[in-house]
Amino acid sequence: MSLRLGLLAVGLVALAALMSLIWTPYPPAALDVAHKLGAPSAAHWLGSDALGRDVASEILAGARISLLVGVIAVGVGLALGVALGLIAASVGGLIEDALMKACDFAYAFPALLLAILLTATYGPGIVNAISAIGLANVPVFAKLTRAAANAALSRDYALAARAAGRGAVSIAFNHVLPNIAAPLIVQATIQFAIAILAEAALSYLGLGAQPPLVSWGRMLADAQSWLFVAPRLAVFPGLAIAFAVLGLNLLGDGLRDALDPKLRARS
Amino acid sequence: MLSFALRRLGVLAATLIVASLIVFAALEALPGNAAQTMLGAGATPEAVAALASRLGLDQPIPARYLAWIGGALRGDLGLSYAYNSPIAALIGERLAVTLPLAGLAMLVASAVALGAGVYAVERRGRAGDAAVMALSQFGLAIPNFWLAIVLVLIFSVHWRWLPSGGFPGWADPAKALRALVLPALALGLVQAAILTRVTRSALVEAMNEDFMRTARAKGLSRRAALWRHALPNAAPPILVIAGLQFSSLIAGAVVVENVFVLPGLGRLIAQSIANRDVLVVENCVMLLAGLVILVNAMVDMAAAAIDPRLRAP
Repeated sequence: MSLRLGLLAVGLVALAALMSLIWTPYPPAALDVAHKLGAPSAAHWLGSDALGRDVASEILAGARISLLVGVIAVGVGLALGVALGLIAASVGGLIEDALMKACDFAYAFPALLLAILLTATYGPGIVNAISAIGLANVPVFAKLTRAAANAALSRDYALAARAAGRGAVSIAFNHVLPNIAAPLIVQATIQFAIAILAEAALSYLGLGAQPPLVSWGRMLADAQSWLFVAPRLAVFPGLAIAFAVLGLNLLGDGLRDALDPKLRARS
Repeated sequence: MLSFALRRLGVLAATLIVASLIVFAALEALPGNAAQTMLGAGATPEAVAALASRLGLDQPIPARYLAWIGGALRGDLGLSYAYNSPIAALIGERLAVTLPLAGLAMLVASAVALGAGVYAVERRGRAGDAAVMALSQFGLAIPNFWLAIVLVLIFSVHWRWLPSGGFPGWADPAKALRALVLPALALGLVQAAILTRVTRSALVEAMNEDFMRTARAKGLSRRAALWRHALPNAAPPILVIAGLQFSSLIAGAVVVENVFVLPGLGRLIAQSIANRDVLVVENCVMLLAGLVILVNAMVDMAAAAIDPRLRAP
């Protein structure tokens, strides 16, 4: 149930992002001051904003940034985190201890504060925002990978590969990784949702996507000046964020149940 | 318990040192130096050099780190470039908004989570349980700053019950609290979504334990057994998660303060980024990170005090 709903919602967001690359009702950055703050109509399905931009077009284009940030931030976190986790589990000893201690320290440092610090020192922008969100993902995946890999390494197939003379690294990547993919995929969807929320918050603060890039978080920041005049402007971008995040969370729940029945919540 | 507390204090100190190194390194990695960033690209080399020497940037790196930490321990964080006043005093003023806000939000989150969690467990598998789970699923998906805007739309724009922003100061506590109601709700309700789920699953777990059967067998009602036996046993995991969530609560406060134009640390951080007042940002971030790390240590110790099994090394 949640798997299908999640797939549907995430699919719709992805479809909106892809479609916006070739078609939106209006160019998302096109100003039309004569028709500013227009109510929803046949010409502007969701109305127009304070500079006359078409809100529906902006919402569609905003999906691009959200998905882009999610994909890259989770990609960075997965690539570095899985590598570190596998190294820690297969090498063991002091290196494992040191890596996991480092992850604990990084965990204790709030991710959004790290992002604020990075954007404050290197300047606001989507690249720095993505880097910060991606870096914050590394310890999450490293800890998860190491825990799962340690369990897998004690299984018979890993011992058999070892008896057959395979090296630790080869076993980790060829035998352990495919067997721990399920929890990693589930965690990736959750981190994807968190990345979308983080990007929206950073862009709302003016630290993430800069104009002319359209971001749902920045749309909300713009809408706030017009709360008393055009409250609907503050509604649609928020709904879009909530829809995407809800979809990803449902997808994560559904995948967890489908991939690993043992993890199914006892409810 | 004493040895656990000492060990945990050691980890606390180490974590604080590492966090300070991260913050310091981020600033060190600035292209050029902090003085260049503050003055902008158009500044003359002489002006940059003058500000650099005033900020002590001409000292070697280890000396600067030690000077920063030493100053922080004495309550001297240097001067804010944009406000031209001591950073410590600036932060102190702002804490008088951020700390009450975080506290109120935590109160909202705990009250809602406890109420909703117990409600769901009492109606496990029925409509009430499903409704709580569905609501919390929505709560997880809503950005706190959007909830803040929606609350303003409802309670300030539509009904005009509560102020949409600003802070009158603590001279009139009633007015000050009124200004914090919507921000605390926005922060707390989103946190409550996660805590409700944790509370519910911890309670479900505890309800399956043997001691619950014993409690029922000796004649306690289901409800009395839940409050007297299941809840205390479910408390440690709930506490630990609540502590971990404190980190996102603080990060959320930074954003939500900007929605309501509250003169707290979050607002100070945003303004200082705009002013390129890097030293203020550095110290604010360090303080907030330190606060999160400290709360986590306190929670770990509280959980260990309740549950001796958690004291194992």
